[in-house]
This record gives sequence, C-alpha cells and structure tokens, in this order.
Amino acid sequence: MSSIIKSPWVIHYDGSSCNGCDIEVLAALTPRFDVERFGIINTGNPKHADIFLITGSINEQNISIVKNIYEQMPNPKIVIAVGVCAATGGIFRECYNVQGGVGEVIPVDVYVPGCAVRPEAIIDGVVKGLGILQKKQEEWSKQA
Amino acid sequence: MSTTAITSGLLYLVLAPLIGGLIAGMDRILSARMQMRVGPPIWQPFYDVGKLFSKEQLVVNHMQTTLISGLLFFMVITGLLFFTGYDLLLVIFTFTLASIFLILAAYRAGSPYSFIGAERELLQIMAYEPMVLLVPIGIYLVTKTFSISEILKFETPLIFYLPGVFIGFLHVLTIKFRKSPFDLSSTHHAHQELVKGLTTEFSGPSLALIEIAHWYENVLLLGMIYLFFAPIPWVGVLLALGLYFLEIVIDNSFARMKWEFLLKSSWWVALIFGGGNIILLMLFKH
Repeated sequence: MSSIIKSPWVIHYDGSSCNGCDIEVLAALTPRFDVERFGIINTGNPKHADIFLITGSINEQNISIVKNIYEQMPNPKIVIAVGVCAATGGIFRECYNVQGGVGEVIPVDVYVPGCAVRPEAIIDGVVKGLGILQKKQEEWSKQA
Repeated sequence: MSTTAITSGLLYLVLAPLIGGLIAGMDRILSARMQMRVGPPIWQPFYDVGKLFSKEQLVVNHMQTTLISGLLFFMVITGLLFFTGYDLLLVIFTFTLASIFLILAAYRAGSPYSFIGAERELLQIMAYEPMVLLVPIGIYLVTKTFSISEILKFETPLIFYLPGVFIGFLHVLTIKFRKSPFDLSSTHHAHQELVKGLTTEFSGPSLALIEIAHWYENVLLLGMIYLFFAPIPWVGVLLALGLYFLEIVIDNSFARMKWEFLLKSSWWVALIFGGGNIILLMLFKH
C-alpha cells in the first residue's frame, strides 16, 4: 500500500541541539510552510510515528533515550538527522560528553545539512526520506 | 423488522465510515483554514487509516487488541440499533459499553500516559452521562415511546418541546467529539499533553480500528442531533452539519480546560437546561 508516503507521521527529538534546528522544525508546521498539506503530523508519540527526526548531537545521557524511541517505533520506519550536529556532532563534536552524530547509535536514512537548517531543507529531507520509507514498506510487507 | 429498517441499517454499515472519514477530512481542512493554513487533502483520514493498517502492530498486552475489536463491534452495533429504529435507551447503554471497552484497553498497558488518559476518559463519561441519559427521558415525556422508529413518526420537531435538553446535549457533544476545551483524554491535534493520552499505547492496525470506531461514533452522534429535527429532514441534516462546524469553531478558539471545569459545567448544564426542561414538561404537558 502506498498510503504510507501520503501520511508520514513524525516524532521530533532534540538530542543536544542549541534549539536552532528545533525552531526550524516547528517552523515547518506554521502557516508559512504548513507540512500538514502533505499529511505530515508531529505526533510526539513513538508508537504512532513513521519518521524519527533528530536534531542535535548524541551525548552520553541521551544514547539510551534515542535507542529507546527508535525501538518503540513500529516498522517500517526511517531516521532523519537534521543539522550538522545530528550528522557529525558539529560544533559540539570535541565536547567531553559528546559521542558524535546520530549515526553512532541508530541507522540514519537521510542527513539534512545546515546550521541552522532551513525549513525548506527539512521538507526536502523528509520528501527524500519518503522514497526510502516506501522501499522499506515494500520489504517489510514481503517479510510479514 | 421492516425492509426500510434493514436497508437503513445496511446503509449505515457501509456509508458511516465513508461519511465519518469525509467529515474528519473536512474537519482538518476547516481547522487548517481557520489557522491560515492550507491543510491536508480531504481524503487524508483514509490515507492515515490505510497506512496504519499496513504498519507493524506493537502489542503491549494481548487483551488490548481484543478489547479494541470490542470497541469497534459495539460502536457498530450501537449505530445499527439506532439507524434500524430500535430502542433509544438500548442505544444509549450500548454506546456507553463501547466507550468502556476503549478505557479497558487503555488500562491494559502499563504506560502512565495511557493510564491517566483512561482515568480522564472515565471522568468525561461521568461528566456527559447524566445529560445523555436525560435525552431519552425528555423524548419519552414528549412522545411516550423509546422506540426510535415511533419517535420519527412524531409530527412536531422535538426541538420545540426540548430546547433545554438539546442545549445540554450540544454541551456534552464537545466531549464526545473530542474537541477542545474538553479533549482531556486524547486529542487529534499536535498540542498533546499526555503524549496521546488514551491512544498512546496503540500502534498500527489497532489505532486504525480506534479511528474507524470514532467515525462510526461521529455519524451516530450527528444522527442523534437529527432526531430533534426529524419531521423536516433537510433542516435536520443541515443543522447536524452546521452544529459540527460550530464544534470545529469552538475547538479552534478555546484552550483545554481542567477536569474540574469539565465536570462542574457539564453537570450544571445538565441540571439547569436538561433538568429544567424536563420539569417544565412534566408540569405543563397534558
């Protein structure tokens, strides 16, 4: 069924971001960008979500949280790392408690670069992720 | 059972999810327009449900899925009883039974969010049930029957005798439609407070079943509004849809209230409008 790409529900988690990217993620929901046009909803509940959107780097304290959220999401699911911090650790990379990008802990499907990321880039990233989500959906329905 | 009753029952079975889904789609577009957004396509609720059916089902407790099927089953039965013209009292009781199944399902999961959601849903039932029970009592006092097929034959629109009961019913409709300011247990919107309340622990197909049950429920509730205007069908249909629009306006213009307000306001409205209307009926009719 292809309706998964018509109704991608997002869970947004802030790793150790400076909130720059978080504000841009929320900006995508505002009247100016209105991602609900594409059926995208910010659910806030991992069990309802299809897309895990992470901003900020991974530190010692949130490793278990990020893993937990990822494992609570039902298949098929994708992970989008938003911003350079989520990609590599960014400006916080050398900090004593920072592990690096999201890819260190869970498999990432799409990296969206930028500091802070523009809402257009986030929407582009999600749209790119939808293609991957559909492929995963096909694979998953074959397995099931 | 007459053939018209069977036809309307079958029509309900097939058309209610379609109409309910379209109303939900319209609801999302109208809400978006009120917030200066474009909003999703009208078929969005069907895409959502289709997607949920194709997703993995994470089961916290196996009773969950059974209880959710119970919710859908009894919601459909309630609607069938209503649209085939059975007893209005029976409709009200099976309706409550269906809601109880959802609460039990939410209690099955250990999650605190789902637990508090279930407790708030119980509070909501406590708030709306007195008023919902006053509706058949008021209708009985006017028409001397509980049978819906007989009530429909009554010549004058019931609203002339039961304006207070109708206002009270409108008040509790906001709770039943899960609209702000009374969407305490779970909401359709992104502004969550208990993650997703009642439905937090449901994923994939079971969440889709909850959504479909909600569509059946909404059509049934609109049918109950129609009952007050039954002798003039087009007024009934238009007013049912118009009042749903009013609910959307209320939803978008109010913040969520605390449960104390919910309980107090619902009971006061039930007592003053519903109870007052019924006392006046008892005094002056016949």
